[in-house]
Amino acid sequence: MTVQDLMNKDIVRVVNAGDDTDREIEKVFCCDLLSIAMGKAPAGCAWVTVMANLNTLAVASLADAACVILAEGSQMDENGVKKAQMQGITLLETDAPVFDAALAVYRAMEAEGSPA
Amino acid sequence: MDDAIVLNYEISGEDFTRAGEASSDVKKKLKQMGVGPEAIRKVAIAMYEGEINMVIHANGGKITVEITPDQIIMILDDVGPGIPDVELAMQAGYSTAPDEVRSLGFGAGMGLPNMKKYTDTMEIDTRIGVGTKITMVVMI
Repeated sequence: MTVQDLMNKDIVRVVNAGDDTDREIEKVFCCDLLSIAMGKAPAGCAWVTVMANLNTLAVASLADAACVILAEGSQMDENGVKKAQMQGITLLETDAPVFDAALAVYRAMEAEGSPA
Repeated sequence: MDDAIVLNYEISGEDFTRAGEASSDVKKKLKQMGVGPEAIRKVAIAMYEGEINMVIHANGGKITVEITPDQIIMILDDVGPGIPDVELAMQAGYSTAPDEVRSLGFGAGMGLPNMKKYTDTMEIDTRIGVGTKITMVVMI
């Protein structure tokens, strides 16, 4: 399942469509501690977190995540949205809790036959 | 080496939200040079952790990145307080980061361990009250 496929579903709201929405989502990854995410987020993951700050975007970009999903209604401020636009990062949001959001993405990947 | 490309960065110790700009720039340049995605990811993660450490602990510093056809060398130089016990600092989970940094999601004590994990070699030269110089190499 690509990032674009995910954006087309009603699991998430699109805050910013990044540069590479044709990218395949390889895994779903959940973590709020950026220090851990930096070392553990797999390349090409859909990263679900409640941590919405500029550093989240830096970690997403440098760890090469496919997209960031802000869960629990957590929202990036205006500067963060601008940075996501500037850096071409796909930023999504949902009111669902972290687990529910991640499970919904995982099930969507399964339904599309993507390895999860 | 004659064909090395050298990039120099000044890291500001003032603004935590800007930490990562140097690493992002290196990532972009490596991509333009056609370096493979796995090597880029290793460099990006290791350098970002180093950059964050410089901002949190050393009020900034300098980073020099040398790119050759075989390897990428990152030299992180600061005039911070130095690391009193390197072995302890290398332990996953050990951190001296202040609360405001922790509230942003950092300070889990994974910085130095991540830097070691994502590089082929890492050397730490630190002196109390003088500064710390970390040299990391990622083979291409």
